Amino acid sequence: MEGYLNFLRAAIPALNQGTVITLELTLVALAAGFILGFPAAVARVYGGRLLAALSTVYTEIFRGTPVLVQLFIIYYGLPQFGLTLPAYLAAFIALGLNSGAYQAEYFRGAIQAISSGQMMAARSLGISQLKAILYIIIPQAFRLALPAWSNEVVSMVKVTSIVYLIAVPDLMTRAKMLSSRYFNPIETYLTAAVYYLVIIGLITLVMNYIERRSRIPGLELEVDTR
Amino acid sequence: MTEPIIKLENIHKSYGKDEILKGINLEVREGEVVVIIGPSGTGKSTLLRCINLLTMPDRGRVWVDGVEITDPKVDINKARRHIGFVFQDFNLFNHLTALGNVTIGLKLVLGMKAGAAKEKGEFELARVGLQDKAGLYPGQLSGGQKQRVAIARALAMDPRVMLFDEPTSALDPELIGEVLEVMQKLAREGMTMVCVTHEMGFAREVASRIVFMERGVIVEEGTPEEMFLRPRFDRTREFLGKISELYGKHQSG
Amino acid sequence: MEEIFTGLLPYLLAGLGVTLAVTLIALSLGFVIGLGLAILRVYGGIFAARVIALYTLLIRALPHILMLLIMFFVIASIVNLSPFWAGSLSLAIISGAYQTEIFRGAIQSVGVGQMMAARTLGMTRTQAIFYIILPQALRLAIPGWSNEAAIIVKDSSLVYVLGVPEILRRAQYYSARTYEPFTAFIAVAAIYFVLTFLTNRGLSALERRLKIPGL
Repeated sequence: MEGYLNFLRAAIPALNQGTVITLELTLVALAAGFILGFPAAVARVYGGRLLAALSTVYTEIFRGTPVLVQLFIIYYGLPQFGLTLPAYLAAFIALGLNSGAYQAEYFRGAIQAISSGQMMAARSLGISQLKAILYIIIPQAFRLALPAWSNEVVSMVKVTSIVYLIAVPDLMTRAKMLSSRYFNPIETYLTAAVYYLVIIGLITLVMNYIERRSRIPGLELEVDTR
Repeated sequence: MTEPIIKLENIHKSYGKDEILKGINLEVREGEVVVIIGPSGTGKSTLLRCINLLTMPDRGRVWVDGVEITDPKVDINKARRHIGFVFQDFNLFNHLTALGNVTIGLKLVLGMKAGAAKEKGEFELARVGLQDKAGLYPGQLSGGQKQRVAIARALAMDPRVMLFDEPTSALDPELIGEVLEVMQKLAREGMTMVCVTHEMGFAREVASRIVFMERGVIVEEGTPEEMFLRPRFDRTREFLGKISELYGKHQSG
Repeated sequence: MEEIFTGLLPYLLAGLGVTLAVTLIALSLGFVIGLGLAILRVYGGIFAARVIALYTLLIRALPHILMLLIMFFVIASIVNLSPFWAGSLSLAIISGAYQTEIFRGAIQSVGVGQMMAARTLGMTRTQAIFYIILPQALRLAIPGWSNEAAIIVKDSSLVYVLGVPEILRRAQYYSARTYEPFTAFIAVAAIYFVLTFLTNRGLSALERRLKIPGL
């Protein structure tokens, strides 16, 4: 027990730093994923043949292959063409692209669930398709997608752990470094587990709060999450 | 002839702070058709479910066919073989055909061989007029057909008494008749029946005794003639009068 | 270019057996764990329900790589298992938690009326669970289960961190030898893509075969 407390004294600052990186990665990935995913969803539903096809190819590929492989392609693969990215950037890109594909699916589900009846009502009032999308469909789609999106936030925290394989110093990597240094993998990883539980617990509470506040009675959606 | 086939003694049941059944005593003799009526939420269905212990009473005892089924030493599964129950929502087994629904109890509970069970099953389906629907799944049947299969399923076990919990309440109006017809046929054949229902026509024509319940107690009971023409309590007269107005023209037979 | 088909792909595909083995072990053991715990959770009384809820909550709240490592080291300190088995069993435990939730949802959506009807015929609880509830619940669970199956196919790549010689690890060896990492990893991605595609297709076909009108 004594030994573990000593270990903690050294470990906690490192793990805290790692946590900051983990959260940073999560936020950037979610944001990038949103910027990619939401337009992809709109393109898939309203975009016409070509755009819809491109969107589908994107989501199918990035959801149909492991995120670890995607990371390796960007970080280890691109140098084959002379394009060597720093680990952080590779991580942001890979996680962002991956998240975007999943977010595209959640938003697509939400948009389609809302779409036809609402669109018909809007058009019969004389509202143009573009305005209907912007003012009627999208506001509702956001709310409908919120539960699935909360899942994505929690998932993303977990997914960021793969950057441990390319030595980005997040929580997982720090844990690995500590375990190599102190030769106590089980204690170290269990401690890291506690960190993840706390982070995810807090995030879940926040997301539940947001969901409750923005819920419109009767508006709910069932989507395949990760 | 002397022993009642069903006996409920001092049945109490509460859900949380609400006492739904406040000391019910009821006896049903063989061959009787007892119809329980009353406003919604007065515990009629709860009482019915206490007869086969689908709902466990908090206090009180239940005898069926001479056996005290509320005694923990009694095997309730054995007792239930002799009590048929028909639900408002049918509760047919969705993954089995009509014939499958009727025969599964025979095979699993009574240990019948597949051949014998099939024969019995087809017989019971014919009894309710659905022999040509034997191979269809519940999802392919109308509400009235589903309920008739449910009745066949219960009858196949050769029960001593049939319990009906608002059997027609979930049906479209034009489908109610086919179910009531089956129930009337059963009554004529001498089956002991206890029915919770709003169908006043059925109560008037088929019941040998009507029990009026309100707020967890039995207000009054008697023959249809007594209840409709010479009720002892104002509340009874009021309720029957209102219901007869609503359902007046809609009768079976 | 033809190197890809004569050299790379056969080399990678030789590791396909390992990838598939990891996936199948994780999915099938996960199935047994998941279904068993789901039944216990719904029908087993409040203590069991709480313990199982805790198990599923913990496992679903942690990164899979972290859990693989924890379980690997825990298992290694008790018994001498190869990375392949440690990884597969760990994935099985992880998948078991997700499958518990899938089956729990399916069992609960079958509806309490089915159990009541079974009991009124005189069936015991156990008979009702096996002959009435499960046949329906398993059909209802197929879409959610296909989702999980696809996830495990992809998660099998994580045993890379344990050094298991599955296709990703092989691609890494190949790229170290030929300095063509992009080609190697793209090929891996393509193989995985085909695997998840076939998995989804296969399970959709299964769902169609088992379809009962109205269920």
